[in-house]
Amino acid sequence: MNQIVDSDELPTLTPTLLYLDGVTVSFDGFRALNNLSLAIDESEMRAIIGPNGAGKTTMMDVITGKTRPNEGTAIFAGQHDLTKLDEAAIATLGIGRKFQTPTVFEMHTVEDNIVLALKADRKPFATLFSRRTASERERIDALLERIRLKDQRLRKASELSHGQKQWLEIGMLLAQEPRVLLVDEPAAGMTDQETADTADLLREIAKTRSVIVVEHDMTFVRDLGVKVTCLHEGSVLAEGSLDQVSADERVIEVYLGR
Amino acid sequence: MGFAFFRRLALTLLLALTVFAIQFPARADAVDDALALFTTDSFNDTTKAIDGLVASGHANTLPILRALADGKLLYDPGSKAVFYKDDAGALLNARTATPSSADASLLKAVRLNNRLRRAVEAARGGLALLAPEPERRRTAAEAVFKSRDANALPTLDAAIGKETDARAKAAMELARAAIVVTFPGASEQDRLAAVNTIAARGDGDAAALLRSLPADLPESVKAAAADAVDGIEARLAVWAALQNILYGVSLGSVLLLAAVGLAITFGQMGVINMAHGEMVMIGAYTTFVVQDVIRNNAPWLFDYSLFMAIPLAFLVAAAVGIAIERSVIRFLYGRPLETLLATWGISLILIQSVRSIFGPTNREVGTPSWMAGSLDLGGLSLTYNRVAIIVFAALVFVALLLVLKKTALGLQVRAVTQNRRMAAAMGIRTDWIDAMTFGLGSGVAGMAGVALSQIDNVSPNLGQGYIIDSFMVVVFGGVGNLWGTLVGAMTLGIANKFLEPYAGAVLGKILLLIAIILFIQKRPRGLFALKGRAVEA
Amino acid sequence: MILRNIDRAGWVFLGMVITAGILIPVLNLAVPPGSFLHVPDYLVPLLGKYLCFALLAISIDLIWGYAGILSLGHGAFFALGGYAMGMYLMRQIGTRGVYADPILPDFMVFLNYKELPWFWHGFDMFWFAAIWVLLAPGLLAFVFGWLAFRSRVTGVYLSIITQAMTFALMLAFFRNDMGLGGNNGFTDFKDILGFNIQAAETRGVLFFLSAMALAGGYLMCRLIVTSKLGKVLVAVRDAESRTRFIGYRVEYYKLFVFTLSAMIAGIAGALYVPQVGIINPSEFAPANSIEMVIWVAVGGRGTLVGAALGALVVNAGKTWFTGALPELWLFALGGLFVFVTLFLPKGILGTLGTGWDKLHRGSPKKESAPAVAVPDAAE
Repeated sequence: MNQIVDSDELPTLTPTLLYLDGVTVSFDGFRALNNLSLAIDESEMRAIIGPNGAGKTTMMDVITGKTRPNEGTAIFAGQHDLTKLDEAAIATLGIGRKFQTPTVFEMHTVEDNIVLALKADRKPFATLFSRRTASERERIDALLERIRLKDQRLRKASELSHGQKQWLEIGMLLAQEPRVLLVDEPAAGMTDQETADTADLLREIAKTRSVIVVEHDMTFVRDLGVKVTCLHEGSVLAEGSLDQVSADERVIEVYLGR
Repeated sequence: MGFAFFRRLALTLLLALTVFAIQFPARADAVDDALALFTTDSFNDTTKAIDGLVASGHANTLPILRALADGKLLYDPGSKAVFYKDDAGALLNARTATPSSADASLLKAVRLNNRLRRAVEAARGGLALLAPEPERRRTAAEAVFKSRDANALPTLDAAIGKETDARAKAAMELARAAIVVTFPGASEQDRLAAVNTIAARGDGDAAALLRSLPADLPESVKAAAADAVDGIEARLAVWAALQNILYGVSLGSVLLLAAVGLAITFGQMGVINMAHGEMVMIGAYTTFVVQDVIRNNAPWLFDYSLFMAIPLAFLVAAAVGIAIERSVIRFLYGRPLETLLATWGISLILIQSVRSIFGPTNREVGTPSWMAGSLDLGGLSLTYNRVAIIVFAALVFVALLLVLKKTALGLQVRAVTQNRRMAAAMGIRTDWIDAMTFGLGSGVAGMAGVALSQIDNVSPNLGQGYIIDSFMVVVFGGVGNLWGTLVGAMTLGIANKFLEPYAGAVLGKILLLIAIILFIQKRPRGLFALKGRAVEA
Repeated sequence: MILRNIDRAGWVFLGMVITAGILIPVLNLAVPPGSFLHVPDYLVPLLGKYLCFALLAISIDLIWGYAGILSLGHGAFFALGGYAMGMYLMRQIGTRGVYADPILPDFMVFLNYKELPWFWHGFDMFWFAAIWVLLAPGLLAFVFGWLAFRSRVTGVYLSIITQAMTFALMLAFFRNDMGLGGNNGFTDFKDILGFNIQAAETRGVLFFLSAMALAGGYLMCRLIVTSKLGKVLVAVRDAESRTRFIGYRVEYYKLFVFTLSAMIAGIAGALYVPQVGIINPSEFAPANSIEMVIWVAVGGRGTLVGAALGALVVNAGKTWFTGALPELWLFALGGLFVFVTLFLPKGILGTLGTGWDKLHRGSPKKESAPAVAVPDAAE
């Protein structure tokens, strides 16, 4: 925590919500992340770009507790060291994650998917005896409305289209009421209209919480209109507005191409 | 007391006589005198008769002594003539070794007591010390070492003087030392020298001998003996540990043979084949059939039966394996738990089929003559069939490594394992590779069956006994890694053999199972786990 | 409120079990032999045994069908419950044993025990034994599950080590030194709670109790799988890591349901032993545990009712085959394993259910039991 205070790079006015410092992850000698440092502010939306193997997914794995870094720390809300917690604890702290391929509970109905994600006590006995309250019912309805699946609420998730699954998963993230959302390629496999809608949805979400979006689709990133970080070989190559970053010689070299 | 004195006298006499007798033909009167002493029905006279007979160097001495030991030495109380019965039961005259027509019902057997039995044995041993074959002389010396009969000392000394064979001579000197160290009247120097000689032998017998020395020996001898015992015991402990490791390697080889096929089907393909043990069983039954055919048609080929069984077992088991893969398993790829259940069903069917064809009882699988006996190396000992299994397991392992690393099939198998879709896109016929890989794993299990038929009962349930162990080996070693399987098998084999003396066989096995269960909690992917992104998928 | 969670199949099942639980003892005791409706004496404990197996199958379905945990060692929990009951029954024999020792069971006298081993104390009291019927399997499952689930041992690895667990227990119980009867186990029981264990009335009551246990076990499992916890279990089954990422401690859920399932299996074992009159280490044999799994697969995993049905069908078949065509039984059982996995992955009830839904509805109704198959058991 001292690091956070000492670091003079940090903006002093907006509180930093998520702070990665010198994170290194290696698999059998291969460095997936190499001394990566990154700071995300409260209610900030950040787009992460970079070529395949740049470490985007590994970075998310570290933040969500799936992978333990060999070195470095990941501090959440100034007090929680994420490298010491497991996935469930991190999720309960308020970090939600959406996977690249939509992973919803296929055998459950759309509504049940949301119910499972709804912020509530996650202990087994609490869930065993849990009864749906009126306020929960309202929240479920509101969420289904927002992700445009209200009419599909009793259908099995496996019967949804690809784009609907992506939205259902975002809906589940919102149901968790996280403070940070990690979103991995939300526009993959979507139609242009769906992509634009998704950008709208994410912008709306970012009004109240931080969002980290990993994306390859430059149009989508431009749609979002936020600060961009370009990763390469496990560390930050460039950071700034999309225009700044895409003008960066090295970014053009390794990622965007000429 | 008087007897001891007599003994010494007799021994000195005997020594002189023996040396004499070897150089000159037996004197007729000495033989007659000795034989006459058998007919007095007195233990003392019988002792003298034995010594006399030995001293006479009579050609018939050995058969007579043997008959005496067996209670077949007879005499006629009237005529004082001595007879013996040979193995066939024919009555022979002891003097002439010619068939006799005497009425056996009138004859009395020469009686023996325990002291006399020892004397007979010692006399026979003493005679063998002078036998023409070095091997027999050595064995006789070993016998003297064990019996430590002072009676043999003179003969021993004579024999040592004449001995030309180095091993026989060493054995004789050892036997002499064993006698001298406790021989009344031996000098302190002689005794110390004897202790050294014995200590040099260095085995459990030597230690037992030195430990049981009488208390009235000089302090220096006792101290030397105690030192020697300590030295021997330290060495024996090392040998015992080595022997345990060797037994462990032997057990590990069995486990390796049983598990290495599984390492291919489970490790490379991810298929849980619960019928794997039955592939082993089929291999064992193939061996039985091969031997049965040979026994009935070409018995002279029996020693080669296993060499014929190995390729056949491979082919039969591989064919059954491919049939299973094509008919059932290929429909269940990606559903490991269903595969587990279906292959369990197949194993039940295979067991019952074999039971219906060959019957529920154990079938006899013979051991070729070249596998009889055991290999002795220093303080280590291992039967040849165990040695053969270790060698066979090593060969199979190396052959599999080569197949996977060096052949086109191996390359394609690894390609399909790592990225099925990519392999298919590159024109590899993945379903053909699946069938071949499964056939290879099953065939190897069949070959294991040939080896296991030599040490286990060949019954329909043979395979069931190995399936859990095999899975433990593969999971412990790390899936998808043949070296892991090797290390897993050897570790489990050796650990088992070291636990056995303390915990007993069953409890040892239970402890090992618990240890593996706990180990899997620590390292769910085994000793040699694949790491990195490939695993995350 | 609770009753709303039971579907049609569940009501039919409960009705049949409770009716049978009352009717069969009555038809055995009250209807004179010779009458068409008389249930012969031998049939009551046999059917009672099937009911115990059905309860066992439900316990397996709870973890396999809903949480994706394939235990190949559930026979161990069943046997532990049986042994706890067996220890009580052994203590009840008293001086009626061959050696007539008031304290030591026959096998201990035979093995030269001088006094009762410490863990046998208290088993002369029924309530004590009854507690251990739950505790012995429960504790084992809790410790085993705690280790396994915490280190995320899943799929076939878990199946293999559960199999190793029951195998190790079998070896242990075969040892005379265990003080649990060695390979002969316990038998020659005399009475239970003072009633003659051989008497038709006692057997009728035991049958009734087995039916009630089956009905109760079903009800409890049904309530669990229709609760939010049940939904979490299915989520774990289908997408374990996703469930973690939305904040559920998957290992606690698995541990809860695994331990509960083991305790239900223990109850089934405890009811089984007085009805068949023997318990020995072969109950721990790995082959037994795999056979139990196929009952569930045949009936339809993830349906509870189907699991019970599968246990009844397969065991009735086994009784018939081993009597009429003993050499064909293993062929039939082996063929069943292959047939069900290849052609009937949803089991009897699952397949019927899908057909029913297709016939009568456009889409599946809301509370229908989660359908089967394709849970991704691989890592």
